[in-house]
Amino acid sequence: MKKTSMNGYLAAGLILTGVLVLLIVAGYFWTPYDPNAMSVGPKFAKPSLQYLLGTDNFGRDIFSRVMKGAGTTFAIAVATVVIGAVFGTLLGALTGYFGGLADAVLMRLGDILTAFPSILLAMVIISIMGPGKTVNVVLALGLVFIPSFARVTRTAYAGLRDANYVKSARLMGASSARILWVHILPNIMQVLLPAITIGFNNAVLAEASMSYLGIGVTPPDASMGYMLSEAQGMFGAAPWYALGTGFFMVLLIFGVGLIGESLQRRDGEVD
Amino acid sequence: MLEIRDLHVKFHDRDREAVSGVSLHIEDGEILGLVGESGSGKSVTAMSIAGLLPRRQCDYTGEILLDGKDLLHADRAELRKLHGKEIGVVFQEPMSSMDPLMKIGEQVEEVLLIHTKLTKEERRRMALEAMAAVELADPEAVYDKYPHELSGGMLQRAMIAAAIVIKPRLLLLDEPTTALDVTIQAQILDLLKKLNRESGISMLFISHNLNVVRKLCRRVAVMQRGVLVEEGETETVFHHPQHPYTQRLVAAIPTRCRKEDQP
Ligand SMILES: Nc1ncnc2c1ncn2[C@@H]1O[C@H](COP(=O)(O)OP(=O)(O)OP(=O)(O)O)[C@@H](O)[C@H]1O
Ligand SMILES: [Mg+2]
Repeated sequence: MKKTSMNGYLAAGLILTGVLVLLIVAGYFWTPYDPNAMSVGPKFAKPSLQYLLGTDNFGRDIFSRVMKGAGTTFAIAVATVVIGAVFGTLLGALTGYFGGLADAVLMRLGDILTAFPSILLAMVIISIMGPGKTVNVVLALGLVFIPSFARVTRTAYAGLRDANYVKSARLMGASSARILWVHILPNIMQVLLPAITIGFNNAVLAEASMSYLGIGVTPPDASMGYMLSEAQGMFGAAPWYALGTGFFMVLLIFGVGLIGESLQRRDGEVD
Repeated sequence: MLEIRDLHVKFHDRDREAVSGVSLHIEDGEILGLVGESGSGKSVTAMSIAGLLPRRQCDYTGEILLDGKDLLHADRAELRKLHGKEIGVVFQEPMSSMDPLMKIGEQVEEVLLIHTKLTKEERRRMALEAMAAVELADPEAVYDKYPHELSGGMLQRAMIAAAIVIKPRLLLLDEPTTALDVTIQAQILDLLKKLNRESGISMLFISHNLNVVRKLCRRVAVMQRGVLVEEGETETVFHHPQHPYTQRLVAAIPTRCRKEDQP
């Protein structure tokens, strides 16, 4: 019974995320109107069949902008998580498996870093690298995400380091790289995958906050965060801008969250 | 073939030595039994032979010679060449001894992948042969199964297959039957006997049960608190235990078993 409901979570999450990804992919090739072109319609048009989410103060079609902006946000979040997960897992694997001084030092460093809000850290990094570039947003967020992935995978690797099957692989003469990659990594997926989904959502939110604060992506690259900050200025005249954009962002987070939840609960079950 | 000389192992976080001054030898084609209560240092002795001591967490002295080559102080690269090829290990819990996400067949072949240049087909053929040798029913089918799909006894057979597929000269068996029920246990013992008879592979058989050791080993060594307290022909030790600890071990075996198995 519980299992079916978990599969239900997974299915719902996959469908929701799938629909959004379709929309995003479609947005790369086609949008109802040019997302950055002004006066494709009247200013502040209400949502209608012609302009699904209405238009903004320049007469731009908001739905087209959401399609594009969601793409930017999605790409930033994926890139951030990839950086965080790849380097975090690498660090976690090495420190968890080998232990020793490097382990102690790196983990304390991670503790210190995670003591600060990640947005604050990312802001500091961006101000060092120079604001206004989407690449820098990704790099800054990616860096900030490394410690949490490192911590999760370190624990998992340390837990399997002395498992009998790892010992016997070692005895058979398997190299450390093979043990870390072939024997342990697949077995920690049940902690890594949920961490990835949580990381993805955090990245979406972090990008939004940063764009909102004006240190995220800059025009003409619309991202959902940037659009939200734009929408705030015209909330009175065009509330549909904020509501429409916010709605799609919530859908994205909710969909990925559902997937993460189902993956996380599944590891409690035997098989 | 294997000679342990005055082995001492002390873990940094323990006051007492886990192994203090053990000397043992195993002849070609022999099965040596190693018995002793929990914590007496049997596994640590085996791990020392297998090169699985956590070297940074302990001090160790002595020599472990495999055909004259010292294993105890050999560096990792040297060990990696020797291990697996010359020495196989089978642990107590079959379930945790296998990678849960790898097919049984792939795990049986793993050592071939690492140590030989055989092709995929050749490796598969050898794995299937080894799986047949350990009397796994329908090796072809078992090859594609995952550990959770096998029973404890089948898994232990698969582990033994993985340990012997490359035809090592020495097999370390750390309580390989303890987690199994009595019938399966007897079957595994028979299997080990057969493997020893047919391929002449030497074995170190660790157990806390003197009666099990008696069924398999001509010679037995008894450990207590890291020290070798008695060593000799199994029947002699069994009928005329010298050390008080061995006497207690023998006394702990139900009389019925003792009589039944008299030669
Ligand atoms: N990695 C380790 N770190 C610290 N102490 C250890 C470690 N491994 C073993 N020991 C200690 O060494 C001693 C001998 O342990 P060992 O595992 O060899 O006993 P054993 O004879 O195999 O017992 P059992 O029958 O329970 O398997 C024990 O006191 C144990 O606590
Ligand atoms: Mg033991």
